[in-house]
Parts: sequence; structure tokens; C-alpha cells
Amino acid sequence: MSDLLDLSAVEARAALDAKSISATELTTAYIAAAEETAALNNYVLLTPDHALAMAAKADARLAKGEAGLLEGVPLGVKDLFCTNGVQTTACSRILDGFTPPYESTVTANLWDAGAVMIGKLNCDEFAMGSANETSAFGPAISPWQGADKTDLVPGGSSGGSASAVAARSALMTTGTDTGGSIRQPAAFCGVVGLKPTYGRCSRWGIVAFASSLDQAGPITRDVADNALMLQAMASHDARDSTSSDVPLQDVVAAVRQGVKGMKIGVPREYVMDGMDGDVVALWQQGQDWLRQAGAELVDVSLPHTKYALPTYYIIAPAEASSNLARYDGVRYGLRVEAGSLDEMYEATRAAGFGEEVQRRILVGTYVLSAGYYDAYYLKAQKVRRLIKQDFDTAFASVDALLTPATPTAAFPVGRKIDDPVVNFLNDVFTVPANLAGLPGLSVPAGLNADGLPLGLQVLGRPYDEASLYRVGGVLEAAASFTATPARRAGGAK
Amino acid sequence: MSQLVTGRTGDWEVVIGLEVHAQVSSKAKLFSGASASFGAAPNAHVSLVDAAMPGMLPVINRECVYQAIRTGLGLKAQINLTSVFDRKNYFYADLPQGYQISQFKHPIVGEGVLRIVLADGSTRDIGIERLHLEQDAGKSMHDQHPSKSYIDLNRTGVALMEIVSRPDMRSAAEAAAYVRKLRSILRYLGTCDGNMEEGSLRADVNVSVRRPGDALGTRTETKNLNSLRFIQQAIDYEVARQIELIEDGGTVDQETRLFDTNSGTTRTMRSKEDAHDYRYFPDPDLLPLTVTQAEVDELAAALPELPDDIRDRLINDYGLSPYDASVITEERETAAYYESASAGQDRKLVANWMTVELFGALNKSGQSLADCKVSPEMLAGLVGLISDGTISGRIAKDVFADMFESGKDAAAIVDEKGLKQLSDSGAIEALIDTVIAGNMDKVEEYRGGKDKLFGFFVGQVMKQSGGQANPGMVNQILKAKLDG
Repeated sequence: MSDLLDLSAVEARAALDAKSISATELTTAYIAAAEETAALNNYVLLTPDHALAMAAKADARLAKGEAGLLEGVPLGVKDLFCTNGVQTTACSRILDGFTPPYESTVTANLWDAGAVMIGKLNCDEFAMGSANETSAFGPAISPWQGADKTDLVPGGSSGGSASAVAARSALMTTGTDTGGSIRQPAAFCGVVGLKPTYGRCSRWGIVAFASSLDQAGPITRDVADNALMLQAMASHDARDSTSSDVPLQDVVAAVRQGVKGMKIGVPREYVMDGMDGDVVALWQQGQDWLRQAGAELVDVSLPHTKYALPTYYIIAPAEASSNLARYDGVRYGLRVEAGSLDEMYEATRAAGFGEEVQRRILVGTYVLSAGYYDAYYLKAQKVRRLIKQDFDTAFASVDALLTPATPTAAFPVGRKIDDPVVNFLNDVFTVPANLAGLPGLSVPAGLNADGLPLGLQVLGRPYDEASLYRVGGVLEAAASFTATPARRAGGAK
Repeated sequence: MSQLVTGRTGDWEVVIGLEVHAQVSSKAKLFSGASASFGAAPNAHVSLVDAAMPGMLPVINRECVYQAIRTGLGLKAQINLTSVFDRKNYFYADLPQGYQISQFKHPIVGEGVLRIVLADGSTRDIGIERLHLEQDAGKSMHDQHPSKSYIDLNRTGVALMEIVSRPDMRSAAEAAAYVRKLRSILRYLGTCDGNMEEGSLRADVNVSVRRPGDALGTRTETKNLNSLRFIQQAIDYEVARQIELIEDGGTVDQETRLFDTNSGTTRTMRSKEDAHDYRYFPDPDLLPLTVTQAEVDELAAALPELPDDIRDRLINDYGLSPYDASVITEERETAAYYESASAGQDRKLVANWMTVELFGALNKSGQSLADCKVSPEMLAGLVGLISDGTISGRIAKDVFADMFESGKDAAAIVDEKGLKQLSDSGAIEALIDTVIAGNMDKVEEYRGGKDKLFGFFVGQVMKQSGGQANPGMVNQILKAKLDG
């Protein structure tokens, strides 16, 4: 069994094509792995019957030589993606028992490519959080352990997604990234996560957090798997007005193209107080690797970086406060009966939304209110444009940017949750890409002194995911990151 | 014409502005593919987007955009090539998204003008401030169950045009003329069916009063009026209420009011203090709405001729009276009927027959022009018979009545009933000789100077001919015989 779990998705696809393994065998192994690692609380719903039925169809297509890009690959889905006939809750009590009669475009694309759904993955409630601790299903736990075997957060909001790939209970998973929700948990869990260019993957059927920032992306074990999965999930979708029709490059080929001749910028503003020394060292190491591989490293400035976080924490809650208005107890999900309509709203939303979600709805409502709109929302939009201009200027002279993915490694469960502002700092290096709509890739590149994974982030021009994979492929090869977490499936012998 | 209202303490000027919500004529809703048609079973026309299911996204229906542009062009308004959809946030059970997608800061249509025709035939230009596109809400039904409310989402997401006037109207009659004219233009353009009973056209009226020459007074807004009569009643009530209030030493509160159709009065719905904070912001699910000048030009080129232009043409080129021209051009169908019926005919005569006989008959029978049996060709045929002397105007009325009932051609009726005008001088002479022979005493009196008897002889001859004798010829021959 553990042999099967050792295969990357690319390797598994080759073995499936060669008929040396079957999709049913592979799926059975991953269902068992998910059950074995249940204590990590990565899955909020396992769908083994569904998975085995899909695997049987995959085997049939493989037999007929009609295999898709991800034929037979066991995949986990963040609970933010609506899945037809399968409960979808955004890990919120307010969507308790909600089963959509429709399939999100991204997951539909994945199933069309032959992927097999193992289950729905834990995340922060409505993707609001950086530690997967705001989930109504309780926290997801990282398979990595801290000193004294303390439980660590997997990051968030796609915590279950990153943790499941690291724990080998899914070969690949979907995530969504509004301010770093793919890249930060990928870095914390030692896996590869991409936030594609805004518009690259359709938002149709994904529970919205902040519409102008949300973007779905792949979380995988390595860079090659990531490119493969992006190819399967990206599409132009007429049902999403913000979806792009710019064709995807040959991202799979890009992984092995190297960085010779590329100009890579190193933004001098990507430092902060409380940054782990090991992170700084790894960042330097990453620059050396790229230089050795033939890239030219260039010092660049992104002067408005320090305004990114406050800007994000105005725009994201503003959009969220409006996006979450539909959860009102009238048509679906939770309803707490009360005397009048207004009382029903209050009772339903008080019981249905957790603390962090309520906080952000309040903040968002405030910044959009008459008398505050100009000072907060409008100003944030102006700053957002300046941040975008910073990147435009930088990308006039460089092909990609190299930054740390996070200021620190993962922290223990429960440590920071009492201080929301400290939690926000996790996103300091990832948020600017969302504000500017740029693609960002997080690649595991080393361990800190405590043996916990650290990631490097590569940022690129809009629609230039290929450059990210070129840089990511080189970093991955140079880092030869082979460390695995103790609590992975098949790990505890 | 002075429109001042006289109160106890002096004269008042009334200031009225209207916000008209016109449902866009389109197959599908503004942001979803669900049908926008009226009258289906509750919740039969609801898509996942309309019901605001998680993860659903709006996609603009381009046809609705074109309808708004056509309307803007019809109002001679500025068309904005870039406009922005905003979210207007508020909670209500029939508003599934928790916000209405509307256009707040950047509407698709800017300033324009609408010409109204007043009772005395004079015209007045009313300024249009803007037109924007927005979603309709659903319908809450509170009377279906003792303790529950039912929600029908069929209307949810249907495209509306909100057309905002300048506060340029000075009386309830002007407001009614404005709505009537706006409705007419919308129907000409085919951008709204104008059906007020089904709620396709409803108005919010803003009313204030002031002393002539003073700054604007505080206004009230009375919501959701769906007939011309209610609009006028609400305005008249508000004007009287506000004047009385001020004359009694009080002040008008800026507030939203509701109209009670039973009593014809208005009452407070919510005060300014209770006004919603809608937290407008640009809808991040939608990119700014852009149209090209080429698209606008193409729509403009395909626009039908509008009532004002047709009215001017009927007055200037065809010599119709302003009144007839206004009546004929109020509806597109009527104007088209007239154009068709009057082509190649005496234009004024056709206008006369249409506005008097045809409209009279339609009114009396309760029929519409569309389902009436008299086609434009048939009316033209009738007028043609009058013009060429085949029948007299008197006979024509009978022919018309028959035609209206039977749907037969005028010529066929004339033939069938032998109504053809008698223009054979020999035959007319014979008739006259008979009449003279039978009334020799009257002939003597006439010849003795009693000229008035001439009419008697004409009447007798016409009677003998069964009304068919050509009156001109009768006159001429009779005169010659009597005087000879």
C-alpha cells in the first residue's frame, strides 16, 4: 500500500497507463490513507463510494485508451467548491446540510480529466483564516509535529488541502487563495501550491469570500504535479464574467525548462520584524540556487508593500460582508426560527457564523458605510492600484520575483488565535499578489531549525504561470526537498 | 399658463420629479438565463443565480444593455460607453442575494430630454437626469397563510430601467403627461411594454412646494405608483398636505411615503432617519460594462421614427392639426396604421376618419386597433370612394359602420347595397322634374322670392334618390330649373 502512496501524480499516471496499477487500487489506497490519518481532521466528508465508482469508470477509460490528463488520480476538494449531490458547507454551520444541485466549473474540469474525488476537505470557515482554526468542523492538524510532538496548524485557509497532500491522504487537492490561502498552507506543510492569475480558473460554483481576490488553484506534492493539475482545472468560463480567455501556456513543459537567461527580482521590502532567521537564510539560498542555474538576480523595489495588508483587510471584508448576505436562513442552510423576519436573520446569522466570520462582516459593513466609504474602501482601492503599479514597474525589468512564502514556519494549534491581528501577519508576503491579480507559487525549499518546512514564493506577470513553474522546477531540484512528516499515512510503522 | 396653487396664505409652486421603473422587454433576466416573462406559476422562472445559491455569479444579458441604450437614444440622452454595476445592500426576504445589482455612480445613460404635450396643445421639455439598469426584486406575499409569508422569485433579477427626471414638472397633469409620453416612447422603441397593471411601468413621485421664486422646498417621495390616476392622486394629495402643513406653521419631513389606493391618500413609510445605508460599492463579480461607439451607432441607425418626429411631420408635411397629430402618434401602432391608411389618400381626410369614426367605434365596442376588422387598406378604400365622388360623406358613415361590423371592403358594400352616388345628369334632371311637378305651389312661392325654399327642394331630390344623388349636381341643376 505505501508503495502506491509514494507515487507522485505524474508517476501514478504513467503506472496507470502502463497498467501496472489500477485506478481502483490507487483509490482504495488513498481511502485507507484518509481513514488512517482521520485524527488530522483534514477531511470533513469522505466519499468512498463516490470515489470507487469514479475509479471504476477511470479504469474503464484507461482500458479503452481514452484516459484524461488526471485519469484515476485520487483528489481531495476543499469544502468551498460546490460538488453536485455532495454536501458543501464552506466549513460553516450556516451551510449545515447544504447539498448543491450543481458542480463548480473547476471540479467539473477535474472530473472531466478523470480525477477521482476522495472527499471534501477542511478549511477555515468561508476561507477566512490562516490556520484552519475557524472551521466549524474544528481545526485541521498538520502531519508535521513541533518540538514535544505538539500539534501544529497546517496554515489556512486551505489547511485541510495542504495537510492532506502532505499526509498522503490525497494525491492532489484543490485550494482557493484570497490572501495566501493556498501558498501559506503549502509552505507550512511542505507541499507545492499555486495561486494562478486572477481569472485563470473559474470562480463559478466556488463559495465566494472576496470576489475580486478569490482564485482557485492546485496543491500538490511536487511542481510537475502542480502544472499538470493546473492544466486540468484552468478554463475560460462564460459563466464567470471575470474569467480570462488568455490561453494557458504549456506549463507542464515549463517545469523542466530551467531559468537560464531569466531575470529574477528580489524585492527588498519583503522583510519584517519577527521574521524567522531560517526564512531569511533560505531566501538567500534560493537566490544562490537560481543564480547557479543561470538566472540573473536583480534587486527590485515594491515601495507600497507595507500598505498591502491594511488594504487587503479593508477590501476583503467589504466584499465578504456583501457576499455573505445571501446566507439569511430564507432559502437554504441553517434557519433559526424567531418572531419577525429581522429576528430570524439575527438568530440565524448569530448561530451560523463563527467569530472570525462575524468580525469580518462587521469590519466590511463598517468600511462600506456612509461617511466611511471614502476614507476606507475608496482609499484602499487607490492603494490597490499603486500596489499593482509597483509590480508592473518591476515586471518591466524582471521575469519573476523571488520572496519567502511566509515569515515563519507553522505554529502550534491555538497559539495565535486569540489575537486576530497577529494571525493576519501570516499573509504579509502573499497578499500583494492577490491585490495585483498576479500568479504566485509556493515551493517547499528547506527546513527550519525545528525541522519544519519552509517555502519560497515565486511571483510572476499576469498569465505567465509558465515562468513560475520554470523557477519552481529549478528551486525544487536544487532544494531536493525529501523530508516527510511523521504523521503521514504509512509513516508510522 | 399659470400653474400656481392658491393656499390660505398665498400662492404655491409645485415641483415634481419622477423616478420611473420600466421593465426591460427581454426574453431573459438581466444577469441570468431565466425567463423574464410575466404570469408563470410562482417560482417557475428562477435560476440558481436568481436564488443566490452559493458560488453563483451574474453574467450580463447584452440584449438588456442594448434596450437601455435604445431607450437612451429615444430620450436624446448621453450614452456612456463605460458604466459600472454596483451592489445596493439591504436585507429582505424577497432579495436573495442580500443586495440589488444596480448602477449608482456611473449609469449607462446620462442627461436627456422628454417633450410633453399639454392639454392646450403646447409642449414643454422635461429634463432627464439619467437612466440606469438594475435588477428587480422578488415578491413577498403576506396574505396566503395566517403566520407565514410566501416568496415568489419569478421577478427576481428581471431587468429594470430606472429613468430619473429633473424636477421640471409643475402639476399633476404635467406628471401624467410625462409618464404617458415616456410610456409611448418606450413602446415605440419596443424596450418596455408599458403595461402598468402588470407592473412593467411604475413611478416614484418626488413632490415639494415652494413660494414662487424661492429655493426648492423639502420633498417627499411616494413609492410604487402603477397607474396614471394614482400618480395624479398622490401628487394632488401631497401638494394639499404639504401646503396645509406649512401654512399651519409646520415643516415637511423628507421621507418616503406609501400611497393607499383605496383612500387616495399617502402615509409615512420611513423617515430620513430610518433610511437604509445601502453601502453601495462596485460589484466585484462584474467588470465595468463597456459598449463601443460602433455598437451605439448601429443601434441608433436601427431606431424607429419616434412620436415627436412623426408628429412634426404630420403637422408640417401633411397639414394635420397638432391635436390630431398628437392623438395619432401616441401609440406606435396607431401611427403606423395612419401612415399606411393615408398613403396616396387625402391625409387630412384620413386623419379625420381615423380620429372620429374609427377611434369612436373602437371606444364604443371596447376593441383595440389590433383586433379591429378595419385594416388600413380598408379605411383607405373608404376615403378613396369619398374623394373620387363615388359616395358622399353621409353614405360613407353607413358604409363605415357596415365595414366595422362585417370586415367587408367599402367598394363591395357600396356595390352590394347600391350606394353608389348618382352623378348621371339626365337621371338627376328626371328626379328634379318629378319633384317640381309634385310641388308646383312651392315653386311659385320660391319664384315669388321665398329663397329659403331652395333647401326644401334639395332635400326632396336627395330623398327621392335615396341619398345617392351627387349633392353638387343636384344644387346646380335644381338652381337652373327653378330660376329658369
